[in-house]
Amino acid sequence: MLRYILMRVVATVPVMAVVALFVFLLLRLSPGDPAAVIAGDYATAEDIVRIREQLGLNEPLPIQFVTWIGLLLQGDLGTSIFTNLPVTTLIGQRIEPTVMLTLTTILFSVAVAVPLGAIAAWKAGSLIDRFVMLFSVAGFSVPVFVLGYVLIYIVSMKLQLLPVQGYRSPWDGLGPFLAHIALPTLTLSVIFIALIARMTRASAIEVLQEDYVRTAHAKGQNELTILTRHVLANAAVPIVTVIGIGIALLIGGVVVTESVYNIPGLGRLVLDAVLARDYPIIQGLILFLSFSYIIINLLIDISYAFLDPRIRY
Amino acid sequence: MSAPVLDIRGLSVSLPKGADRPLAVEDVTFSVNAGELVCVVGESGSGKSVTAFAVMGLNPKRSLKAVAGEILLQGVDVLKQSTRGLRRLRGEKMAMIFQEPMTALNPVMKVGEQIAEMLEIHSDLGPAKRRARVLEAMRDVNLPEPQSLYHAYPHQLSGGQRQRIMIAMALTLEPALLIADEPTTALDVTTQAQILALIKDIQRRHGMAVLFITHDFGVVAEIADRVVVMRNGRVVEQGAAAEILTAPRDAYTQMLMAAVPSLTPPERPQPKPAPPALEVSGLNKVYGGGGWFGRGRQVHAAQDVELTVRPGETLGVVGESGSGKSTVARCVVRLVDPTSGIIRIGGADVARLGERRLRPHRRDIQIVFQDPYRSLNPRRTVGQSIVEGPMNFGMGATEALAKARELMTVVGLSPEALERFPHQFSGGQRQRLCIARALAMEPKVLIADEAVSALDVSVQAQVLDLLADVRARFDLAMLFITHDLRVAAQICDRIMVMRHGQVVEQGPTREVFGNPQHAYTRALLDAAPGRETRFASAVSCPPAPT
Amino acid sequence: MALAKSSGEDAVAPAPRQASVFGLAVANRGVLWGGALLAAMALIAAVGPFFTGDATALNPIQRLKPPSAELWFGSDFLGRDIFARVVAGARISLAVGVAVAVVSIAIGLLLGLVAGYIRALDAPVMRVMDGLMSIPGILLAIALVSLSGATLMTVIVAITVPEIPRVVRLVRAVVLTVREEPYVEAAIAAGTRTPLVMSRHILPNTIAPLIVQATYICGSAMLLEAILGFLGAGIPPEIPSWGNIMSEGRTYFQISPWIIFYPGIALAATVLAVNVMGDGLRDTLDPRIARKM
Repeated sequence: MLRYILMRVVATVPVMAVVALFVFLLLRLSPGDPAAVIAGDYATAEDIVRIREQLGLNEPLPIQFVTWIGLLLQGDLGTSIFTNLPVTTLIGQRIEPTVMLTLTTILFSVAVAVPLGAIAAWKAGSLIDRFVMLFSVAGFSVPVFVLGYVLIYIVSMKLQLLPVQGYRSPWDGLGPFLAHIALPTLTLSVIFIALIARMTRASAIEVLQEDYVRTAHAKGQNELTILTRHVLANAAVPIVTVIGIGIALLIGGVVVTESVYNIPGLGRLVLDAVLARDYPIIQGLILFLSFSYIIINLLIDISYAFLDPRIRY
Repeated sequence: MSAPVLDIRGLSVSLPKGADRPLAVEDVTFSVNAGELVCVVGESGSGKSVTAFAVMGLNPKRSLKAVAGEILLQGVDVLKQSTRGLRRLRGEKMAMIFQEPMTALNPVMKVGEQIAEMLEIHSDLGPAKRRARVLEAMRDVNLPEPQSLYHAYPHQLSGGQRQRIMIAMALTLEPALLIADEPTTALDVTTQAQILALIKDIQRRHGMAVLFITHDFGVVAEIADRVVVMRNGRVVEQGAAAEILTAPRDAYTQMLMAAVPSLTPPERPQPKPAPPALEVSGLNKVYGGGGWFGRGRQVHAAQDVELTVRPGETLGVVGESGSGKSTVARCVVRLVDPTSGIIRIGGADVARLGERRLRPHRRDIQIVFQDPYRSLNPRRTVGQSIVEGPMNFGMGATEALAKARELMTVVGLSPEALERFPHQFSGGQRQRLCIARALAMEPKVLIADEAVSALDVSVQAQVLDLLADVRARFDLAMLFITHDLRVAAQICDRIMVMRHGQVVEQGPTREVFGNPQHAYTRALLDAAPGRETRFASAVSCPPAPT
Repeated sequence: MALAKSSGEDAVAPAPRQASVFGLAVANRGVLWGGALLAAMALIAAVGPFFTGDATALNPIQRLKPPSAELWFGSDFLGRDIFARVVAGARISLAVGVAVAVVSIAIGLLLGLVAGYIRALDAPVMRVMDGLMSIPGILLAIALVSLSGATLMTVIVAITVPEIPRVVRLVRAVVLTVREEPYVEAAIAAGTRTPLVMSRHILPNTIAPLIVQATYICGSAMLLEAILGFLGAGIPPEIPSWGNIMSEGRTYFQISPWIIFYPGIALAATVLAVNVMGDGLRDTLDPRIARKM
C-alpha cells in the first residue's frame, strides 16, 4: 500500500509540471508584450522596461522557466501590481471564506446527494427516480448566479429570513456564520448535488446488476442492508471520483457565488484582479487553485486504497 | 417413499414482449428427493437457469414472471410466498451457488464475513459464535488455514477456493436443497473435479437434495443420479442418469448424446511427408517487468515453446487457464510480439519482422477466435468483413465478392446472406462466417483459438466437422487451442500439453491419451468428468420403443 | 462421431425488424422535448430580432419599467427593451454553444485517437490533458480572455480549451476498449493497415458517445459564456449576450430584478433543453458507454 501511495504522489509531479508550464507559457506566448501586461494599463515606458528587467523577460525562455520554477518552489507566486503585496499574502488574507464555503458545500451536498442517488437507483423507474433525475438535470442547467439571485430575492428580500450578502467568520460566532453562509452554500450546492446524485445513481444501478448483489438476495438479506453494505460500498470508488472531479466545478462556482453574495474570498480576489488587470494575481491564483485541486485529487486517489481492498493488496 | 424436497409442477415462466417465444419455461414438472442429485441439462435458451432461479425467486420480477404451476419446497409453495417469507426460506431451506465465483462474492468484504452474513441474517448467534461456525464451515469444504483465510478478500483467492467459500456459505444453515447453477463451468478441469467431488461428498454427508444445472454432459455423467433434459423451455425427457446418457428415447436427447465427443481418440491417418507449414522454436513471451518502483510482476507466459505442424495436420494445444496456450497462438499470428524465438511460416521467420515486412506474410496464417459475438464488426455486413482481407492485398472488389460467395457455400451458408449483418446470425453461424473470413486469405496455417468453446454441444459438433472438412479440402495446417479434452481427442492428430507456459508433453493423440507420460497430463486426463461413460451415439442408439 | 445436421442451422434468420437508430432517438421523450425546445430557441434566435424592437435603442424616459403589455420583459437602466435584448442574446449564446461543441469535439477526437492507438504518445498526451483538467475551467477561460482581449472569437477559444480534455478522455477510452475486440484483431491479422483500422473499425464506435458529449458541452459552454459575461470577463458589454445583460442588471437588482431573471430563465431553459436532449440521446444511442460519463 505504501508503494501505491508513493506512486500516486509521484504521478502528480508531471501534472503539476504541465500546469506550471501552461501558466508560464500563457503569459509569454499571448499577443502583446508580457511586460506591458504585467505592468498594467497605467504603466509608463520606464515601468515596462523595469519590469522586463525584474522578471528577466529578456532571457531565453528555458532560463526564464527555470528561474520561475525556482521562485515557485520557494513559495513566491508573484507580486500584485496595485497593492504591491506578494500574492501569497493576499491569498492568506482571503482564503478563509473560500475554504469555509467550500467545506460547507461539500458536506451538505454529499450528505444530501448520496442518499438521494442511492434511493433513485434502488427504485429505478419510479416516481422518486424520475424526480431525482429531473432535479439533477435542472440543477445542471441553471446558472449558479441566477439561482443565487432567485434565492436572494425570495429568502432575503421577500421573506427577510437571512442577510442578503456578506460573510461572518465562525470564530466570531456560529449563529451569524451560519446565517450568512446558508444561502451561498445552498446556491453552490445545487449543482454539486445534481452532479453527485446523478453519479451515485448511475454507479448504484450498475452495481445492482452485479452478481454479488444477487448472492446477497439469495442469502435472504434485506433490501436496506444490501443497499448499504453491498451496493454503496462498491459504488464508493466512482462516487468519490466524481466528488473529486466536481471540486473543479466547485472552484469555478465559488468565484461566481462570492461575486453574487459579496463574500471576500479568493473568488472575489480573482474578479477584482480581472477588472483591475492585475495579472500576477490571476496567475498566482490559477497556480494556487490548480495545485490545490491536484492535491485534493491525490488525497482522493489515496482514499481508494481504503475503499477498495483490491488496490491495497 | 417420503415426499420430495423439491417438487416443481407445471411451472411456466413468461418472457417479456418481443422475445422470440412467449414463455421462457413451459409446463415444467420434475422433482428432487433428499440425498439425490438431479442434473438439469440443456443448451443455451433451454430455460434451465430460469427454472433454477424461479425456485429461489431470483428472477427479475418484471421480465420473468411465473404464470402457472407451483414450486413446492418441502410442501411449501415458493411462488406464493411473501418477500419476507421468501427471504426466510433462502438460506434456511434452500441455498444457491452460482457460475462465476469471482463476481458472486462482494469484492470489498472479507470472505469470512460474507459467510458470517448468512448467520447474521438467519440466526441469533453472537459474533464470536458466528465466527466459530464459519471456521467450521470452511473446514468442512476443505479450505486450508481457515483462521487466516477468514480475513482474505475474494480477489486474493483462486477460483476453486472462491467456489468453496460459496459452497460453505450455502451450507452454513444446512438447507434441505442446494441449487448449483453451472458452478464449475468457469473453473479449470482439475479444479472442477475437486469441486464436483466435494459437492458429492457433502451431499452424501448431509443427505441434501441437489439441483445441478449444467450444459456439460461429462459433468452429468460424473455426478448425476437423475437427469432432466430441457429444450426451448420444455422438459424433453427425464429419468435415471445411466439410461438417459446411454440409451435416450427422445430424438433430441439422442442427437445431443451423439454430439458429445468421446474421450477415446480414433485412429488417425499418417501425416504426409511434406515440409512443415508452421515451425516454432524457442518461443518466449514475458509480460510486465520494468516500471518505476522496482520490478513490476513479471509473467513468463510462454517459455521455450517448440512445435511443428504439417499441411493437412491438426496440432492440439491443450491446457488450463494460464497455461500459455492462447499466448502461443497470439504470438504465432503476431497479434502480440514474442520476446524471443523463431516462428517459421512456410519457411520464412516472421517472429521479429516489423509491421511492413510482416504484412505480406499475414496472408499465410489466419485465426478464428473464441467469442462469435465479438468477432465480427457489428456495423459492417458480413460480406464486407469477409472481403476485407483479400482486398487489403490488392484483390478487386468483384473478384473478392465472388470468392466470398464461393466460401459461403463451403462453410454451409447461403451466399445471399452476404448482405446481412452479424446480429442476424446465430453463434454457430457466426463462427462459420469467421472461418470463411479466414479462408478468404488462402492461408497455409489456420489457428482455432478455443473456436468452439462458446458453442452449444450440437452446434459445436457441426463446426468441428466443418473445420475437419476445410482442413482436408485446403490442405491446411491447423493449430487447435482448447481446454476441452474431448474435442481435442476427436479432431487433433497430435497433442501438445501446456502448463504454466511450458510444454509438458507432446505426441500423437492416441499415445498421449492412452499412455500419458507426464504426471500433469495424467492428472488432466483423470480429472476429465464422465470418463467412464459411453454416450449414446447414432450408431449404437437403440430403436425407439414401441 | 456421428452428427446430426439440423437444417435449421443453415437457414439464415430472416432480418428482424430493427428500428433505425434515428427512429429510436426521436421516439425518446428526452430527445423529443429537448430537441423541440432547442429548435424553438434556434428559431427565435434566427428570426426573432426581425420581429422585436431594437435591442440597442436607448430610451431614458422608459428606464427601469417593470414588465408590461408593451415591454414584455420590462426595460433596463438605459430604457432598452429587455425582451428584444434577450432575443438578440439568444444568437450569441447558441452560436457560442455550437461553435465550442464542434471545435472541442473535433480537436478532442483527433487527440483521443492518437492517445488511444499509439502507445508511445498516450502518456504525454494524457499528462497534458490531466494538467489542463486541473485548472478550473472558469479560471482558465478568464485568464485566456484577459490575455488576448475580449472578442467573440477569443471567448470561444477560451471556453473551448477547458472542454477538450474530457473529450480526449472519452475518445481514448473508446479506442482502448474497441482495440481489444476480436474483430479489430481479425482485421489486423488480415493485414489491414492502421489508418484503415482506425477509420473503419474504431472511429464508428466513437460517434454515438461523441454526439452525446457534444450536447453536454454545448450546454456547459453556454453557461460558461454567460458566467464570463456576468463577471465582466467575457464578450464586450456592447454585445447583448445574456451574461452581459445580467451583469448590467446587478446594480439594479433590488429594484428591478427582472433584468436578471428573464435572461436567466431564457438561459436556463435553453441549457435545460440541451441537457435533456443529451440525456435522451445517451439512453438511445449507447447506454453502455454513457454510464461512464
